[in-house]
Amino acid sequence: MKRWHQFSGIVLPVLVVAALVTWPIVTGRPASRESAFTILKAIALASSLNILLGYTGYVSFGHIVFYGFGGYVGLYLLTEQDLSLGPAMLAGGLSSGILAFLLGTAILRLRGAYFALATIGVNEAMKAFINNFDLFGGPTGITLNFSVYQAYGGAASALQASFYIGAGLALLAILLSYVVRTSKFGLGLLAIRENEDAAEVMGVVAPNAKTWAYVLSAIIPGMIGVLFFFKNGNVEPHDAFPLHSSIELLVMVMLGGQGTVLGPILGAFAYQGMRGFLVTSDFFKDIQLSVSGALLLIIVLFIPAGAIGWLRHRVPTIRRVLA
Amino acid sequence: MTILLSLQGVTKRFGGLQALTRVTFDLPEGQILGLIGPNGAGKTTLFNTINGVYPPEEGRVIFRDKDVTRAKPYEHARLGMARTHQIVQPLNELTVRENVMVGACFGHENQDLGNASAIADEVLEFIGLAARADQLAGSLNVAEKKRLEMARALAARPYLLLLDEVLAGLNHSEIDNMVQTVLKIREQGITIIMIEHVMKAVMNVSDRIIVLDYGEQIAEGDPEAISKNEKVIEAYLGDPRLAEQLLEEA
Repeated sequence: MKRWHQFSGIVLPVLVVAALVTWPIVTGRPASRESAFTILKAIALASSLNILLGYTGYVSFGHIVFYGFGGYVGLYLLTEQDLSLGPAMLAGGLSSGILAFLLGTAILRLRGAYFALATIGVNEAMKAFINNFDLFGGPTGITLNFSVYQAYGGAASALQASFYIGAGLALLAILLSYVVRTSKFGLGLLAIRENEDAAEVMGVVAPNAKTWAYVLSAIIPGMIGVLFFFKNGNVEPHDAFPLHSSIELLVMVMLGGQGTVLGPILGAFAYQGMRGFLVTSDFFKDIQLSVSGALLLIIVLFIPAGAIGWLRHRVPTIRRVLA
Repeated sequence: MTILLSLQGVTKRFGGLQALTRVTFDLPEGQILGLIGPNGAGKTTLFNTINGVYPPEEGRVIFRDKDVTRAKPYEHARLGMARTHQIVQPLNELTVRENVMVGACFGHENQDLGNASAIADEVLEFIGLAARADQLAGSLNVAEKKRLEMARALAARPYLLLLDEVLAGLNHSEIDNMVQTVLKIREQGITIIMIEHVMKAVMNVSDRIIVLDYGEQIAEGDPEAISKNEKVIEAYLGDPRLAEQLLEEA
């Protein structure tokens, strides 16, 4: 019984992913597969961001830079170096991790709003740099040769494979989030979130812990970037570094509950579900981002702990299950 | 006697303000050193220079034969120094047990989570917070938060414990309780420096007392000598009659 309890926090998150993978199989429609992919991608990105935002307490407004940068590196390797998808994804994730390491040592000294501003600056600077970087195609970006898909049995089965790889990455992001949350390293991060100075006095090596949290939160977004742009067939600067996507990720994490494993997953699910409804409705389709803005405002004002955080406060007995 | 901590000419300035002037003392293992002085005398600043929050401009801090003058607070913690804060710094959204586990995990024993949890329960029992272990630290009252500060520091199993006004804001019975706790901690072999305003308690508990005034060490000695020292009476105790009263009580 005790053993089961120990891992109970991971049960619900895994069930959500399992449900998302089964859904297109049941309906048999490519459209539901694409919707499920979008949600899985959001889950992977939000769970990754949560390591920095939810556990460590550092607000990153430019987290999408790791997705874009990883995606670019991956596509470059796919087209110019003829690497296959697996190694390209690993390279994309690794590059984003290294980028986070370098950035982290520089900007993680900043706290609060200053760090948040710096992350926006990093994202915009990266976009401008890539726009002028000929190796990555400058403003026109990189387009995959259609023949690349032949290695995966044609475009249709490449899409199908991408879906399962996406599900795998979402699962990996959740596991990573869970392992960090329940580890000693994670306890150090939570201490930093609550009071960085007190944490240092107690022996938490904050500069290192923050940098590694940043690196861990960047790797899977880099891999997801490669997968998404592989599936997409091309990558351009404005697709790779959209600032509003960074903010949407923040909304997802905060909606579900920052600092919990399940929160960002439910937040991603709910937000993407809502978005799917909004962009197809006549009235909301042009103003769906204003709705997310309003939503962020409501969360910050009324349920700053997010849905899961709110539940955990209200019903302490379910804390184990809602890790 | 082994010297655990040695301060040699420690001087700290904040801009034009001379916060500490050539503070020098040796602290033998197992002693309780009381640090007293009027408000703004530099007592907390001295703690901050000892544990690396503000490195001093001049002088050296030697802890367990190591020069730690320029070391970071977390390096001090790893070497076996722990402290409480005058203004309590609970990790509000973590439970009381988790707060204490942080101390055990990242202190000089570098415990893993399982051991840390066991140590936390042990320390919480000792400090009298066991019943609150699963509550969020933010929900504790001030006296309990002070105890939590102590518990976190103790969970690190330090060689040296810096206590910054753990008695302030407590009522009489809470003070008696806390004094007993401090004495019990000393019995465990932990060396203590305590900043305190509650004269009776500090006179009772300390083996030796250092008096700071405007960042200068104006007196040093055992409690009785301190309470008779005229400089101290003038600077701090105010009038000799009060000092006598305090001594009688002690």
